[in-house]
Amino acid sequence: MELTKEEEDALDGKYGETLALAYRVLVAIGEATGSDKLIPIEWAHLSGVNYNTIGDAGEEFLSHLSKDAKFKVKTTVNPIGFDFDTVSKYNLDEQFIQKQQSITQSYEKMGAVPSFSCIPYEIFELPKKGTHVSFAESNAAIYANSVSGLKTNKEGAFSALASAITGKSPYSDLRNDENRKPNITIQMKVENKDELTYGMLGYFAGKVAGNSVAISGTKNLDKRSCKSLCAGMGTSGRCGMFTLEKGEGEKIDFDDKEMQKVRDELNTSESGDLITLGSPQLGLEEISDLAVMLKGRSFRKRCMIFCPRAIKEQITDLGYTKEIERAGGELLYDCCICLTPLIEKSNIDAVTTNSVKGAYYLRTSNGVDANLKSLNQIVREETK
Amino acid sequence: MNIKVIVKGKTKGALLISKNPINFLGGIDKKTGQVRDKNHDLFGKSIANKILVFPFGVGSSVGAYTIYSLKYNKCAPLAMICLKADITTASGCAISNIPLIVAQREDYESLKDGQEVSLDAIEGNIL
Repeated sequence: MELTKEEEDALDGKYGETLALAYRVLVAIGEATGSDKLIPIEWAHLSGVNYNTIGDAGEEFLSHLSKDAKFKVKTTVNPIGFDFDTVSKYNLDEQFIQKQQSITQSYEKMGAVPSFSCIPYEIFELPKKGTHVSFAESNAAIYANSVSGLKTNKEGAFSALASAITGKSPYSDLRNDENRKPNITIQMKVENKDELTYGMLGYFAGKVAGNSVAISGTKNLDKRSCKSLCAGMGTSGRCGMFTLEKGEGEKIDFDDKEMQKVRDELNTSESGDLITLGSPQLGLEEISDLAVMLKGRSFRKRCMIFCPRAIKEQITDLGYTKEIERAGGELLYDCCICLTPLIEKSNIDAVTTNSVKGAYYLRTSNGVDANLKSLNQIVREETK
Repeated sequence: MNIKVIVKGKTKGALLISKNPINFLGGIDKKTGQVRDKNHDLFGKSIANKILVFPFGVGSSVGAYTIYSLKYNKCAPLAMICLKADITTASGCAISNIPLIVAQREDYESLKDGQEVSLDAIEGNIL
């Protein structure tokens, strides 16, 4: 990699060990991914915030790092393991709570906005189109590239952290316009489409696509479907971007047969002990839709609904919270389904969800089976 | 030698060669440096204070934090030599300041287990 004199000095420790560490990470990742230089970024979104994802080693590292590291650009963070307001109801290990608190404090000490959300693109004002950002959360990176007009790679926890400290990122893959052109087109052939269909399409696309994929046969995705597509895609592969225009190269059909294969892989139960909505977290628009759908109905079983704290006041003022809670829904903030310690194999066998990403992580990380249903189907069959 | 430097540094020590890829998260005891994956060819051996030679890292990116813990617990390898750079190993070595290089297959395969070498991960040389 070609570094500027200043970057070289920082790497050699002339501005202290923390900056040296951050530049070592960027250079190491840059060298490993064939990048030739570093470029400025304006916003970093970090993963590795939930104690369940980074463990003791991560907690220790962040605690050491936060002694003198300061974030140079706007830095937002992914969800934590639980909602501090309601955690006492869950009989959670005291040690988990303490370690989670330590991680949270470390990030805040370094200057992170305590957003604890996997949908930064929905709750923050976006920079102008074409701006380079560094998003580690996969659904957010894909959404940023495909919908928000921003540029990011599907960053890892370390590259995004190093970008937050330095304000820079290796110039490679999707940062280069040449690589943003899709070289494969997936033709959407499924007739009746809802957000679950799009989640499964995303999961399929992630497996077959490279950096970028074109999806034909579909237009005007609503927010729920669009988020579901991004999350599914981010779960299964390295693809970091989609476009709804025609692309060059190979064409592959996503038909009922392909969709069934994805369903067979992820749908491992015929029913659920509880319902979860989230992954990605639900934003204002989805909560508003949900409140309308639940009018006059109530859940037959427990339903956990994951949201960013940023919308709490607004959905309360608009009366959505009251409506959802009346229907028996449980709103949780700051956390999400993926790797939450709130859903454990010891007391839950299977979960009904409309999230492909949620289903994947419930099984692989929590050992809990998933029963996939679209939101419409959930409201139809799981409420009265 | 045709070597790509991923994390800079210099060190001397004995080579420990792993035939299998390494999953740092779960595969290595972060308090001792012992390989605890029963199916691994280095099972029971310690990677502490050796120059660890392995094809590439596999598994969760959180494995990078395991490399950091090894360093913090003073049982990390002195350096690492890989055949292919993966992001987990690269970021783990970077945050822990452990020299890491990627060697071409021919050079990589000429390395012998137990051999004492000087590794120059600045100029890119193994002597």
